[in-house]
Amino acid sequence: MAAKKLNIKDKYRLLTRDLDWEFSYQDRKEAFPYEEFEGIKITDWSKWEDPFRLTMDAYWKYQAEKEKKLYAIFDAFAQNNGHLNISDPRYANALKIFLTGVSPLEYQAFQGFAHTGRQFGGVGARIACQMQSIDELRHVQTQIHAMSHYNKFFDGFQDWSHMHDRVWYLSVPKSFFDDARSAGPFEYLVAISFSFEYVLTNLLFVPFMSGAAYNGDMATVTFGFSAQSDEARHMTLGLEVIKFLLEQHEDNVPIVQKWIDKWFWRGTRLLSIVAMMMDYMLPNKVMSWKEAWEVYFEEAGGSLFKDLARYGIRMPKYAETTEKEKEHVSHQAWWIFYNYGQAAGFHTWIPTDKELDWLSEKYPETFDKYYRPRWELARQMEAEGKRFYNPGLPQLCNCCQIPMGFTEMDDPTQIAYRQTVYNGERYHFCSDGCHDIFVDEPEKYVQSWLPVHQIFQGNCGGPGVEDVLRDYYRMNVGADNLDIKGSPDEQRWNAWKGVA
Amino acid sequence: MPIQAITPDYHGEVRDRLENFHGNQLVYVGWDRHLLFCSAVAFPLAPDTRFAQLRDEAMAGVFGLHPEWAQVDWGRVSWLLDGEPFEPMLDRPLNEQGIGHKSLLRMQTPDLKGFQSAGV
Repeated sequence: MAAKKLNIKDKYRLLTRDLDWEFSYQDRKEAFPYEEFEGIKITDWSKWEDPFRLTMDAYWKYQAEKEKKLYAIFDAFAQNNGHLNISDPRYANALKIFLTGVSPLEYQAFQGFAHTGRQFGGVGARIACQMQSIDELRHVQTQIHAMSHYNKFFDGFQDWSHMHDRVWYLSVPKSFFDDARSAGPFEYLVAISFSFEYVLTNLLFVPFMSGAAYNGDMATVTFGFSAQSDEARHMTLGLEVIKFLLEQHEDNVPIVQKWIDKWFWRGTRLLSIVAMMMDYMLPNKVMSWKEAWEVYFEEAGGSLFKDLARYGIRMPKYAETTEKEKEHVSHQAWWIFYNYGQAAGFHTWIPTDKELDWLSEKYPETFDKYYRPRWELARQMEAEGKRFYNPGLPQLCNCCQIPMGFTEMDDPTQIAYRQTVYNGERYHFCSDGCHDIFVDEPEKYVQSWLPVHQIFQGNCGGPGVEDVLRDYYRMNVGADNLDIKGSPDEQRWNAWKGVA
Repeated sequence: MPIQAITPDYHGEVRDRLENFHGNQLVYVGWDRHLLFCSAVAFPLAPDTRFAQLRDEAMAGVFGLHPEWAQVDWGRVSWLLDGEPFEPMLDRPLNEQGIGHKSLLRMQTPDLKGFQSAGV
């Protein structure tokens, strides 16, 4: 009689490597058509070390247990009116950015890993991608559920998925993932598994989850804990991908280095949203963006790249620029949103006196000199009854799609302008990093869907900006946008708290 | 290589070519060291727009919100067009003085140092 239960070793073999098969009557190359065009050389897929050491049956069991606990806490949070325990209604705006800007990336990651997992000839890589794909789907679902409670009480949560595909600033995260998903499977893994999940993910998750904890948001904290073990697996995959590619063939080294350079830069640009969230949007601060960058990139990333030096991999290009940028990006990014607060799907505001002092303390080299004057002028205009909203539409970077508000790092009152002409058309960039990415693959980025240009081409309804916001973006104009002062969010909060 | 693509001789659609703007061209205009405005501004303008219209209507409609706009001495302004020194002709159209689609025009007013002389 056959044994009822397989031992762990057999089970592992049967549910991972044994899922592969020989191609007896079909050409293997035709089955995996995306495997070669990027120039990556794989000599032996069996050298792939499974990073997860997990089989699908065990995976379902663990995840189901986590889900049960998670949803019990969500229920308790809702029944106890958990939204009343957040530090300040301004905090909810960080969640609006997360739901519209980050959660849809989890869904994109789910799609990306599902597609990529199909494209590898090696079964180990396929299984790892499959599991991560399911993780990402779980993350988007649990994030939606964690934040759905807030949708009942605050503006701006109602149409996050629609907004992700259309709203001007959300084209920044959207185009990041569109770029990765439209690349080949190996670039996708270097972009998402390594550069993003391994090198930069702590700069996304730690700030949001600690921010939630510091600001009384138990629903999001609980989601964070529930995702933590998954994230640890994703980081392991990121490192395995890099080591595997570099060990397979020396010709892979320059290709991988180029992708690291590109995706590190795209990642730092994407994280400027997190930077401003930490320094400006969290009423109770966790740490400054500069401190986070030092701990999670300069220290952790520094030692990682020392380890990778033996493969011939160096620090990402322009890492030295980011050492200067950490003093500036959060201030410049929040200023962009303050300028365009009339067109944002969340509220913006001038920092309080206490917050301005905190910023001076955290940024002694730059804040008082370059950024406090901006807020003092904004305050003066507000006091005159002319809260500043920029009436023009901004010039956007053709690569990262962020309004071109970043400055020269050695001359911080001068906007950084880079441009190139390709096939007779002129293209503009916020930085050398974005310029270089374009120049390397112009046929990709001539297609950038730049929201400002799309509005002017008449592709987003109109004719006025308010029509675009209301009809094309589906914002509740007058409720979702504008300053927090006088907003319905603020009025409701004050009524709940009995504040006049 | 212009792109790493699986499709041979792949070419992307140029999404922002002039023909897509229904008779307008884009002009970006920035006022250097006046960072009340977070970035340069994009204007869709007919190519036969005179420079004076660009300056006194389009630009004034945005940059006019700055407390220093009224103090600009037009005789002392210097301009950069796509990075090169530029002398605008007020009564001539944009397309007769090299201001093309997606050109970047930078206005420099060295006498005006911005709010609190901080470039704001």
